[in-house]
Amino acid sequence: MQAQRSPIAQTDDLLVSIQDVTFGYDSRVVLSHVSLDFARGKLIAIMGSSGCGKTTLLRLIGGVVTPQSGRILFSGATVDTADRAALYALRRRMGMLFQFGALFTDLSVYDNVAFPLREHTDLGEAMIRDIVLMKLDSVGLRGAAELGIAQISGGMARRVALARAVALDPEIIMYDEPFTGLDPISLGVTANLIRRLNDATGATSLIVSHDVEECFQICDYAYLMSAGRVIAHGTPAQLKASEEPEARQFIRGEPDGPVKFHYPAEPIAQALGISP
Amino acid sequence: MNPAEITAVLGRTVIDRLAGLGHAAIFFADLVRHMFSSLRRPYLTIAQVHAIGNRSLVIIAASGAAVGLVLALQGYLTLSRYGQADSLGLLVALALVRELGPVLTALLYAGRAGTSLTAEIGLMKAGEQLVAMEMMAVDPRVRVLAPRFIAGVLAMPLLGAVFSSVGILAAYVVGVWMIGVDEGQFWSQMQSGVDVVKDVGNGIIKTLVFGVASTFIALYVGYESKATPEGVALATTRTVVISSLSVLFLDFILTALMFSTP
Amino acid sequence: MSKKQTEILVGGFVVLGMLAILFLALKSANMASFSFHPTYRVLARFDEIGGLKVQAPVKSAGVTVGRIADISFDNKSFQAVVALDIDRQYAFPTDSSAKVLTAGLLGDKYVGIEAGGDEKNIQAGESIKMTQSAIVLENLIGQFLYNKAGDAGKDGAAKK
Repeated sequence: MQAQRSPIAQTDDLLVSIQDVTFGYDSRVVLSHVSLDFARGKLIAIMGSSGCGKTTLLRLIGGVVTPQSGRILFSGATVDTADRAALYALRRRMGMLFQFGALFTDLSVYDNVAFPLREHTDLGEAMIRDIVLMKLDSVGLRGAAELGIAQISGGMARRVALARAVALDPEIIMYDEPFTGLDPISLGVTANLIRRLNDATGATSLIVSHDVEECFQICDYAYLMSAGRVIAHGTPAQLKASEEPEARQFIRGEPDGPVKFHYPAEPIAQALGISP
Repeated sequence: MNPAEITAVLGRTVIDRLAGLGHAAIFFADLVRHMFSSLRRPYLTIAQVHAIGNRSLVIIAASGAAVGLVLALQGYLTLSRYGQADSLGLLVALALVRELGPVLTALLYAGRAGTSLTAEIGLMKAGEQLVAMEMMAVDPRVRVLAPRFIAGVLAMPLLGAVFSSVGILAAYVVGVWMIGVDEGQFWSQMQSGVDVVKDVGNGIIKTLVFGVASTFIALYVGYESKATPEGVALATTRTVVISSLSVLFLDFILTALMFSTP
Repeated sequence: MSKKQTEILVGGFVVLGMLAILFLALKSANMASFSFHPTYRVLARFDEIGGLKVQAPVKSAGVTVGRIADISFDNKSFQAVVALDIDRQYAFPTDSSAKVLTAGLLGDKYVGIEAGGDEKNIQAGESIKMTQSAIVLENLIGQFLYNKAGDAGKDGAAKK
C-alpha cells in the first residue's frame, strides 16, 4: 500500500542531505554552494530574511526545481537526477505544507484530505473515511469535514492542508512559512501541532520561517541563511550565543548591523546641499 | 538607435517569439499525449463536459435562436425583392450550417467557457494548487489539464449543432408562422440545397478545429499567467482576444479549403 | 452536485447535441452524396458543354437518374467527352439523346436524357450517339445582334 522504503542504506541517520548546491535563475543566484543535513526524526528550522533562498531549498528537496550544481539526497536516493517515475515515488514519502494551504478549491475539506489516499492507495472508501477523520481530528478540525474551502478561515485552511500533507504518513514534512500572518492563539496552536506531530510520527520536520521565537521554542536544530549562504547553524542555545554578526542581528532583531538600515545613497548633507 | 542595436532588438524579439511558439507547441503536444492516461478516469472528463458544455447550453441556444430570427427577417427582406422569398429556408440553413453556426459558437465559447477555463487554471496556479498536486506525486497535466481539453473538443461540435438547429427552427417560426413564407418551400428548398457531407459535415469539422484551438489557447494562457490577481485578469482578456482572432483566421483557411470552387 | 447527477446531465447534453446533428443531417439536408446504388458508366460527346461540372446531376423527365463522373477533352475530334454514371435500375434505349440543359434560367448546367425508341438498351461503356450541346448565352446574344443587323441591312436595302 505505502511506497516501499528505499533498499539503499540510509546515510547515518540523515534523511535529507543537500550537498554543495548552487541554484539560480538567469538574472540572479539564489543559492551558492550551500550544504545542509537533516537528521531523521528531528525538527529542523531554516531561518533567514525574505529572499535568502529558504523556500527554494524546499523546492529542491521536492524536486520541483533542479540545481545547477551539487546533489540532493533523500534517504540515499538522488533527487535532482531522478526521472519522473522515481521522483513521484520519492514524493509519496514527503508531505509539504504550502504557505497558504494550496487546498483544492473545487473539493471539500474531506475530499482534500482524502485526495492523496484516493490517488496512491487502493483502500476502500470506508477505510479512507477512518483515516481522513483521524487526520482531521489530529489537527482539531474533524467537525469541519463537510465544509467547502471557501467557507473556512485562513488558519483553518492551513490546518486542513497539514492534515492532507500527513495523510500518507510521510517520512518528512516540510512547512513553508507556517507562522506567517497568524494571531497569537493560532501561532500557539500551530507550533504545538508541528511539535506533537513530529514526536508522534517520528517523521522529520523542516520548517522554513523567519519567526525566530516560535522556531526556537520547538526546533531541535536550526540553520540560519542570508543571501544564498548558510551563515550559522546549531541548536537554539548555540545560535543564541553565536558571535557571528549577521546571526546576532537576525536573532536579536536589531535594526542595524551587517544588514544595513539605510538603502545605499549619498550622504544626507550632500543631498540637502549643506557643505560639511 | 543605431542599426546594430535595432538588429539586436529585432533578433531578440524574433528569437523570443520563436521560443514562445515552441513552448506553446510542446504544451499542446503534452496535452494530446496525456489525453489517453486521463481517459482512464472518465469521470474527470465528464465533470468537465458538464462545466463547459452543459453550462454553455443556455447562451448558445439563446444566441442561435436570436441569429436565426434575424437571418429570417433580413433574408426575407432581400430575397422578396427578387421574388425569391421561397428560398428563405435554404438561405438560413446554408448560412448557419456553413459559417455562422461554427464561428459564432466558437466566439461565444471562447468568451464563456474559454475565460472560465483560463481563470480557473490561473487561480489554481496562483494558489500553488498545481505545485501541491505535483508534490503529492499526481501529474496535474493528466488530472487537471487533459480532462478540460478533451471536454472542450467534445463539447464544441455538439454546441455548434445546437446553435444551427435552434437557428433554423427559429427562422422557421418567424419565416413561416409570422411572415408567411410557404412551409413546403421552406423545407424542400433547404433539403435540396444543403448537402450532408459538404455542408453539415464541413461545419462539424470546423467546430472541431475551433474547439481544439480555443480550448488549447484557454488552457495555455491560464497556465502561463502570472500568479497574481492582476495576472489572471489579464490572462482572461488575452484568451478571448487570441481565441477570437484564431477562430476567424482558421475559418478563413477552412472555408477556402472546403468551399472553394474546383 | 453528486457524481450521479453530473453524469446524467452530461449524458443529456450529449444526447441533445447528437439530436441536433441528426436534425441538421436529415431534416435540413439531402443525402444526395450518399446514394449507394450501383451505377453503370456511359459516354457522351458534346461540341460545347458550357459550365457543366463533375457531380452535376443526370436527369430524365426531370428526375435525377445519375451523376456526371468525369469530363475530358478529345484532342482528335476536339469534342468534350463526358462520362455519365447512371443508376443501374434505369435502362435507356441505344438511340436516346443527351442534352446539356440549364436548371432554371441562369442556373447550373446538367445533362438531360430523352429516351429513344430502340428495343435494345445502352450498355456500360457505350456512347450516346445523339447529343445536343449547351446553349451559350454569348453565342445567343451574338446571333441575335447579327440577325438584327441583318434585318436592318435588308430594311435599309429595301427602303432605298
